[in-house]
Amino acid sequence: MSLIEITEVKKRFGDNEVLKGINIDVAAAEVIAFIGKSGSGKSTLLRCINGLETIDEGSITVAGAQLLPDEIHLKALRLKVGMIFQQFNLFPHLTAGRNVMLSQMVVKKVTEKDAEAMARNMLDRVGLGHKFDAYQEELSGGQQQRVAIARALAMQPMALLCDEITSALDPELVNEVLAVVKELAKEGMTLLMVTHEMRFAREVCSRVVFMHQGRVHEIGPPEEVFANPKTPELNQFLGVTEH
Amino acid sequence: MTEFSTWDILCNLLLATRWTILLSLATFLFGGIVGLILLFMRTGKRRALRRFAWDYVELFQGTPLLMQLFIVFFGLSLVGLNVPPWLAAGLALTLWTSAFLSEIWRGCVEAIAKGQWEASSSLGMGYFQQMRWVVLPQAFKIAIPPTVGFSVQIVKGTAVTSIIGFVELSKAGTIVTNATFQPFVVYGFVALIYFALCFPLSMSSQFLERKLNVAHRNH
Repeated sequence: MSLIEITEVKKRFGDNEVLKGINIDVAAAEVIAFIGKSGSGKSTLLRCINGLETIDEGSITVAGAQLLPDEIHLKALRLKVGMIFQQFNLFPHLTAGRNVMLSQMVVKKVTEKDAEAMARNMLDRVGLGHKFDAYQEELSGGQQQRVAIARALAMQPMALLCDEITSALDPELVNEVLAVVKELAKEGMTLLMVTHEMRFAREVCSRVVFMHQGRVHEIGPPEEVFANPKTPELNQFLGVTEH
Repeated sequence: MTEFSTWDILCNLLLATRWTILLSLATFLFGGIVGLILLFMRTGKRRALRRFAWDYVELFQGTPLLMQLFIVFFGLSLVGLNVPPWLAAGLALTLWTSAFLSEIWRGCVEAIAKGQWEASSSLGMGYFQQMRWVVLPQAFKIAIPPTVGFSVQIVKGTAVTSIIGFVELSKAGTIVTNATFQPFVVYGFVALIYFALCFPLSMSSQFLERKLNVAHRNH
């Protein structure tokens, strides 16, 4: 059975239909890259899976939790999928450690002691155990993003959604974040990522989804999609992004 | 005719100042509580509550405080409720203050980046949890200058209540003037006392701002 089932999902912003019937099933431990031009709907789709956007038609289910617009269903869904954002979105009034502890204590009612142990563990996992007491302004962009990953992991999600998580980083900081993601993939975490890092997509992903004008235009294993694009749109897109 | 010394005048004014201070404090406290409730209604998800808070704020921001005071004082006695001046004063000022404070605080809440809401949502937090743990702690800091600024308005706003016979500083000024026929001296003192109340408030805003900033950087 698939972990994530996306069925006939349609989404409109006013008159503009940004998702025109998306169907994707994701198995556990799959790593999927969404590629495509800006405006193709890939970020919107990811945000729908976490309930940050509502959908107009179709359904999204993650391990039995369905996307419905009320708070109880949303919470159940969000406990199963974590999300990492382009702009990190750390809580600036809290230390790195407290960032990772907060939602465990508030949402899962974990005791402070257990939350701290988990936070130290997760920060270690992203290589930032020594930054437990650092505020965001004392961290580089790459470190902030790694704290954001630790924060999402501490909720023990079944899947992680990564929305262009390296796009706001200086080039020399991209690799430290991708290394963490690669490690997660190796450990069997289910990952859905919108990315412009084609080399990374090729190396790490099990499937690549090329989105074009609100539709899944091509989908397949990376070696196939990258080496042998079937549509002129993908051909053109790859021609533009790769040098 | 009795002669009044400067000391007599000052003494009477200072005694009345107690009521100005008490009224200001009570107004700030109760206005703050109601304002906080309005803030949650206004920024929450229920449309009817948002609408109610919006109407409330528009009503009390769009009419003079003096009219609100008259309506509470005379309106309630019209329907048979005999409201003593202190209660009418406190009630009207609370309504007025809550509208302004909730609007000031709404601005501060909306100044918090959308990403903070999204990140906390994606971690499974509900609206109240987001407000309590993520948004309000950040909004609190930017809310201090305008909130303290408005508390100065409250202190000065209490002067209006003299019109319904509540004997606070301004009313005492009028009474003492009527007895002493020295309006310049009396109102001079009244103005000085108001300044002595308001100036430290403004100063405390700067102090608090600095203190909170330092606390944030050094920990």
